[in-house]
Amino acid sequence: MSIDMEQFHQVFFEESLEGLDVMESSLMELQEGKVDAEVVNSIFRAAHSIKGGSATFGFAAVAEFTHVLETLLDEVRQETRQITAEIIDLLLQSVDCLRDQMSALEQGESADSAQSHELKQSFQKILDADDSDAGSVKPDQGVDSNSESSPGWSIFFKPEIEIVQSGNEPLRMFRELALLGKLETTVHMDALPSFAALEPENCYLYWDLKLFGIDISEAQIKEVFEWVEDEAEIRIESLDAESTAADEAIDSAEGMGASQLSEVAQEEGNNASVTEISKTNSFAKRESASIRVGIDKVDELINTVGELVITQSMLSAVGEDFQMDQLARLQHGLNQLAQNTRELQESVMRIRMLPISFSFNRYPRMIRDLGKQLDKKVELVMVGEQTELDKTVLEKIGDPLTHLVRNSMDHGIESPEERIAAGKSETGIITLKASHQGGNIVIEIIDDGKGLDREKILEKAIEKGLQQRGDHLTDEQIYQLILKAGFSTAEQVSDVSGRGVGMDVVRRNIQELGGSINIDSQQGQGSTITIRLPLTLAILDGQLARVSDQIFVFPLVSIIESLELQGIEVRKAAGGCDLIKLREEYIPVVYLSEVFGISSQPTSLENSLLVVVESNNEKIGVVIDDLLSQQQIVIKSLEENYQKVEGISGATILGDGRVALIADIGELIKLSGATHLNKMEAGSTTFPADPQAA
Amino acid sequence: MSVVLAVDDSASMRQMVSFTLKTAGFEVIEAVDGVDALAKAKGKQVDLVVSDVNMPNMDGIQLISELRSLPQYKFTPMLMLTTESGGDKKTAGKAAGATGWIVKPFNPDQLVKTVKKVLG
Repeated sequence: MSIDMEQFHQVFFEESLEGLDVMESSLMELQEGKVDAEVVNSIFRAAHSIKGGSATFGFAAVAEFTHVLETLLDEVRQETRQITAEIIDLLLQSVDCLRDQMSALEQGESADSAQSHELKQSFQKILDADDSDAGSVKPDQGVDSNSESSPGWSIFFKPEIEIVQSGNEPLRMFRELALLGKLETTVHMDALPSFAALEPENCYLYWDLKLFGIDISEAQIKEVFEWVEDEAEIRIESLDAESTAADEAIDSAEGMGASQLSEVAQEEGNNASVTEISKTNSFAKRESASIRVGIDKVDELINTVGELVITQSMLSAVGEDFQMDQLARLQHGLNQLAQNTRELQESVMRIRMLPISFSFNRYPRMIRDLGKQLDKKVELVMVGEQTELDKTVLEKIGDPLTHLVRNSMDHGIESPEERIAAGKSETGIITLKASHQGGNIVIEIIDDGKGLDREKILEKAIEKGLQQRGDHLTDEQIYQLILKAGFSTAEQVSDVSGRGVGMDVVRRNIQELGGSINIDSQQGQGSTITIRLPLTLAILDGQLARVSDQIFVFPLVSIIESLELQGIEVRKAAGGCDLIKLREEYIPVVYLSEVFGISSQPTSLENSLLVVVESNNEKIGVVIDDLLSQQQIVIKSLEENYQKVEGISGATILGDGRVALIADIGELIKLSGATHLNKMEAGSTTFPADPQAA
Repeated sequence: MSVVLAVDDSASMRQMVSFTLKTAGFEVIEAVDGVDALAKAKGKQVDLVVSDVNMPNMDGIQLISELRSLPQYKFTPMLMLTTESGGDKKTAGKAAGATGWIVKPFNPDQLVKTVKKVLG
């Protein structure tokens, strides 16, 4: 039978990486001094599974490495070895090393690395320090030494009376022996009790067997009886008495070793050809090719599809012979269809959702390593790790989050001495918090460090030319300055963070995901960085708005309010910018028709509507002609289908087939400044003349 | 058709065992740990149990001992999947009532051969 083992590789890689995550977080727990049998067990199990799988699937380098790991962990588990900080360190390094090995294997490369050899040696040294017989992964090389021929074997087999109760049938063993050669059996019945005393579940018989055949080794016979050697009296003698002595040297375990060895070799052969194939495949494709989905989500999906089918059949029954008096039923059916569609959409989206713990889980380790590096004591608290978000968003948020956590460690949390001097506990706390708020996921990174220094930031911003002296800024606006390119207040540029490019990139990454970032800080008390992200990138709740004959979509999350312009005074400010005063706040006004160069009969301002939108804590009022409906918008890329247009993040197709463009609020805010400054230069935008043509 | 209960917390190993045995014509029920396996074995009589040893919640050895204590599994063959370093596991497994073991790493052919041998 030929089974393609490659089909199990991807699952193996995925579960191994998960196992490594478990191993890492459990090691972190040990680090904190919580030596708990279950924690040690879970580390052992992870190493053990990886070893078993890698050996089975032919990844010898990984198997060899994890074997040493496992041996050591087994000793810890058996409490014959004390776990030390050194061992934990080595184990954590091994987790990294194994991760590298897994990704190398995934890409069809060799998992043999210098690091794994080094670590293996370190472990071996620890093991050898106590006992000299620490094992190696290869089974002892047994030699199948049946070179000498024997005419056959005489076997005495007397099982314990309870043998069949372990599922071992003497008959099965005899059948196997009969496959090796000609078998003669003599049964002894003298142990049989009287019928009254006979327990039918027991075996009272024993046998003398003769097995004839010149090619049969003692090891083969021992293999047949391998499972029962401790539950039976077994004597195997060569029928040719002279060769007995030579054959006795072969231990059954060695025999197994030999057969295993040949199979390992065979596996490796298989693997070589497998590697060849996977190299030709694109790895990138494979990576995103699979997603693990909880069965409940799939069930829900199936359930919803079931509902949809019912609605469909109901509607087709109505449509078959439609009479006007059935209109109510038709409408009812259509409503149901709308609901089913919405549910179906939600179920499908939920399949792409993963808990944020996938991203959070890397931080305990990072905090530990950084804490060592920076000589700071920090405790990490995680809240809401089970909050789910879209897989793509999750993958893309990893790096910005890492940067922010590093920043909190580096710039936020003070050294233990400083903390004590400030009357705080010497251990700082960084809290990672995730929660759902409406259609968004909100991630907060909270530290109880020294907080942002308002004056220092302002000073720096002025020095870097990011800000004019004398401008009046709110705290919030000042904190936002650190998100600008080229800003870094760390007195020394450290390895950990801060070359003044980071925060800018963080902000950009988050904006690209359609999210926003906000900073709140109390000097001496700590900082809170709040990231708001859409749950998914594929769909948004949108507000449709009309400007002349064009329809635009505003993401509902960025709309603060909509109002009639009638009675509101629009003031001209310096630089050609229009402002309105809204509840003691001046908001720049943007005319969408101007920004996108839509030639329209100018609607008088009094009849226009103003939509106040916000992005990154900056507000603008957008002037439009009319507000239409609110609906869910499936985002289509404009770049892929046409080209990038400033101020537009994408497009969608409406129910009537028309194309509507989705406003990019962040860019509109930027653009508003630009357009207003060049107000006199007409037609400076790149808006496509006819979006339908796109 | 004989029914095999394949128990392993590792999805890749479980899939490998399950796929191999199904290809060989057996009906296979999968379980992710001892607790899951025990519930499934109680729900449907199986003809053979192939179980990993190291598993969370309930390990293979305890599973075998629990199953063996049930009248309907008194004589059912039960195999452990164990590594070559698992000498004391073999002993513990045997004491719990295991029929025998398959040594990891094994290949599909070995697995089928052993299973056919046990099921006769």
